[in-house]
Amino acid sequence: MRTIDVKEVTAALKKISIEACTVLNDDVMNCFKNSMKDESPVGKAVLEQLVKNAEIAKDEKMPICQDTGFSCVFMEIGQDVHLTGGSLREAVDEGIRQGYTEGYLRKSVVKNPLLDPKNSGDNTPAILHTDIVPGEKVKITIVPKGGGSENMSRVNMMKPADGVEGVKQFVLDTVRNAGPNPCPPIVVGVGMGGTFDYVTYLAKKSLMRKIGERNKDPKLAELEKEWLDEVNKLGIGPGGLGGKLTAMDLFIEEYPRTIDYSPPALYLYFHAARCKSCII
Amino acid sequence: MAIKVETPLTDNVIKELKIGDEISLSGIIYTARDAAHQKLVDLMAEGKDLPFDPKGSVIFYVGPSPAKPGQVIGAAGPTTSYRMDPFVPKMLEVGMKGMIGKGSRGEEVIKGLQDYTAIYFGATGGAAALLAKSIVECEVIAFDDLGPEAVRKLTVKDMPLIVINDCKGNDLYVEGRKEWSRE
Repeated sequence: MRTIDVKEVTAALKKISIEACTVLNDDVMNCFKNSMKDESPVGKAVLEQLVKNAEIAKDEKMPICQDTGFSCVFMEIGQDVHLTGGSLREAVDEGIRQGYTEGYLRKSVVKNPLLDPKNSGDNTPAILHTDIVPGEKVKITIVPKGGGSENMSRVNMMKPADGVEGVKQFVLDTVRNAGPNPCPPIVVGVGMGGTFDYVTYLAKKSLMRKIGERNKDPKLAELEKEWLDEVNKLGIGPGGLGGKLTAMDLFIEEYPRTIDYSPPALYLYFHAARCKSCII
Repeated sequence: MAIKVETPLTDNVIKELKIGDEISLSGIIYTARDAAHQKLVDLMAEGKDLPFDPKGSVIFYVGPSPAKPGQVIGAAGPTTSYRMDPFVPKMLEVGMKGMIGKGSRGEEVIKGLQDYTAIYFGATGGAAALLAKSIVECEVIAFDDLGPEAVRKLTVKDMPLIVINDCKGNDLYVEGRKEWSRE
């Protein structure tokens, strides 16, 4: 058994929350650069702006996008780990508080949303997903999720009879209707199976993959490529101004379903596809 | 080559602009998002003055990140505009002439732009560090308690924009997609 002080979790989250919001991941930067040559003139101009934007953000340690989002934190906790030194939940929120305050990130979280909406002032609470896994390590990932693409995400309680074609149409309809709103070129996360709540978690989790990282199941990997091609025929393009690169990638994550329903969820993510991990 | 445009906007300038025109905007603009718009229309309903002169004004839909010491403003890219659609007819009535945001607008906005000779500019969503470079002054002038949603008076110099909806009912998002769709 390994003992880890929750202060380490706080320190890690402070660091990766700032990094996720200010440093564009290499896979995304490469995708922008590699896509320019075939892009529409206006789409190319948008991609050039996004490259320049990422360079300024990195040099000046300022956010890539002002909407530094809801702090969605995924923790994989080894079952042989003993967390000490206080509440894990509070340690996570403290990491977000420190990262968002000291990193000059925008605080977007509003408490009492129904009756008395007020900004919490430090972007807490985080949304925390924990999973217990074998081993004695803790993996922490942050996906700061902004509003533009969140607003365009959808879940659909479909019938088993709707089949693969039905799900594909749902994917295409959702991206088509979202158009320019989620800040294309987007990443499309498709969750499939589970329950109403779990399917959205699957879709969200898929966004943690790198651009070009295919599903381990060869058939699903093929489907990902096929649907990505279809999405990129929509013509929405960078910034939604018309072009080829509507989505940088499309990921499918599956889980068994029951015989009664067949829910797909579509989680869209804007071009910065912010995601950072660390292992303690 | 980008067309240089200065605020406040006039009908003559707006009538010359068409979808797809690249714009380099300079002058004073104001920020407002969801919560600030609600407060602005509430002030109008009470017959009170707005915190800025709406005539010829341009509203930038943005909630910037905090400025670091030495910075004018933090990252400042556009938020999705459709959320402000319900407020647009009232803003046009009192003289607002332009909006800066990202994403598609509803019928009431596209019609309003024609009725009132007004314009909707797009800024690249997520290019927030780049756009902040064109903001040379920033001052909170109302609703400070709203934090990132407070109304700010910005002085901008050569802000890179593109005309999305002109005053003749055209929509760049629709036309651009038509040209590139292979469905």
